[in-house]
Amino acid sequence: MRASVPRMADTVPAIAGWFTDDPAPTLLGTRCGACGTVCFPGQQQRCPNPNCGSDQLSEHRLSNRGVLWSYTDARYQPPPPYVPTADPHQPFAIAAVHLEAEAMVVLGQVPDDVATTDLEVGLPMRLVIEPLFTNDEGTTHTVWKWRPDPDTGAGTDARAGTDVRAGTDDVDADQAVGEGRR
Amino acid sequence: MSGAEVAVAGVGMHPWGKWGRSFVEYGITAARAALDDAGLSWSDIDFVAGADTIRNGYPGFIAGATFSQALGWQGNQVASCYAACASGAQALDIARARLLAGLCDTALVVGADTTPKGFFAPVGGDRTDDPDWLRFRLLGATNPTYFALYARRRMATSGATVEDFAAVKAKNSRHGAANPNARYRKAVTTEEVLASPVVADPLHLLDICATSDGAAAVVLRRSDEVGQSTGAPPMVRIAGISTVTPTYPQTVIEMPNFATDSAVAVPAPPRPFRDAIAHAAYDQAGIGPEDVDVAEVYDLSTALELDWYENIGLCAPGDAESLIRNGDTSLGGRVPVNPSGGLASFGEAIPAQALAQVCEITWQLRGTATGRQVEGARVGVTANQGLFGHGSSVVLVR
Repeated sequence: MRASVPRMADTVPAIAGWFTDDPAPTLLGTRCGACGTVCFPGQQQRCPNPNCGSDQLSEHRLSNRGVLWSYTDARYQPPPPYVPTADPHQPFAIAAVHLEAEAMVVLGQVPDDVATTDLEVGLPMRLVIEPLFTNDEGTTHTVWKWRPDPDTGAGTDARAGTDVRAGTDDVDADQAVGEGRR
Repeated sequence: MSGAEVAVAGVGMHPWGKWGRSFVEYGITAARAALDDAGLSWSDIDFVAGADTIRNGYPGFIAGATFSQALGWQGNQVASCYAACASGAQALDIARARLLAGLCDTALVVGADTTPKGFFAPVGGDRTDDPDWLRFRLLGATNPTYFALYARRRMATSGATVEDFAAVKAKNSRHGAANPNARYRKAVTTEEVLASPVVADPLHLLDICATSDGAAAVVLRRSDEVGQSTGAPPMVRIAGISTVTPTYPQTVIEMPNFATDSAVAVPAPPRPFRDAIAHAAYDQAGIGPEDVDVAEVYDLSTALELDWYENIGLCAPGDAESLIRNGDTSLGGRVPVNPSGGLASFGEAIPAQALAQVCEITWQLRGTATGRQVEGARVGVTANQGLFGHGSSVVLVR
């Protein structure tokens, strides 16, 4: 599976208004004009900060790079409304990524060519837009995914240069490695 | 707490399993058991609080009325409530409040569920504005996805191993083997857990609780109304019930959300949500975690039970592994956790589960938990958490 998707008429976002890849893959949330609170998905009405409550919310493009907070995978096919992409089911990984500037964690699938054995808490990650599923009419629905960041090199040495404030300062490297497949 | 208190006059359960019958039948069985235990009859009840089930049609949404009708309409006051996994505790809290306000004399609280096979799926329909629907569509994220994210995080921050997680299952299965209401009554080993298929890395099938049918019921009265006959088990009282929400910003990813709150404008609260759930109950009761003799916590996964040790204050953050490794939370240990066998032995029957925790602590404090008794237990605490920022904790004392 390729990291980028040609923008064709038969490719649509799996959900409208949550992400864009123009000019770069980015999640679209909201930012409060009064207190600076960021929300993803975007908040429709008022700022959720109970000390604020402002309705001055504007679209905000979230950081498209972050640090892996945790991860897992789906070894069994999730129930509907998950749309199967392979028969039999092929496991896919799911990442929770900490965004420094927004001080929040955002979930996302990981592209099919990345396994949990390629992941480690603390890895730098970047946002990509990839196919989620193709429906019976041949329309490909796209979604955001988190991919190990090639700029810093995916792998066990990638934590060098990572901002450890994102929750990796307490990681014992020996324990952060996956338990290994049996 | 001063003045009148609320006593647990009776408790009862329908055994957990995959029976495939109506949740109403289970609920009535549990209710009658609780009434018998209290030495009362249905006609003594003037308030019924039902914990709702959302997977059993309209009767499940109005559980208080459904159970009242099944027991026979008698004009009692009624309430029904849904609070995900905390539904039972919230129903209990409503009943307690009415008793303390003098608005009823004898309350019956019932939760029951009939569950489908497999992963919990969202309620049907094309609901693109419901995060619980969207997380399946856009992420393929099941409940175990979230449990596994917590588990992997714990491995990275606390040095937990998959063997530690498996040891929790082994402990709880030993406890549950002695519980006639448990669905799984066979002790399993850590090796068997680790040999079971991985569902959501790093969690194996036997690390994750099943979904079950079951029911639990509690009869409440004011403590000054409960007569104590000689030789009867000690009276168990409710010293605190917490059903608090998270405090903004909730910086731990919460089912079924896509993201945490942002801590840009407001720093994370000193007590994360799960900690706050238990400590609100402790504060009401005027006790602290050091007073706890026995705990029932929500082991949706084995790894999550280790988180709970810290959340309810049994140890400092990062120290839970030493508790399970030392046997501190096993029967006979310093502070046994999940003597009932927990969700590992029961599986989850959502609206009944928080009440089942209260039933178990009641039996423990009475000293009647045959085969799984925590000797001399005087103070017990329950804790649970579910979707959309729901959680509960109940402190019981004798």
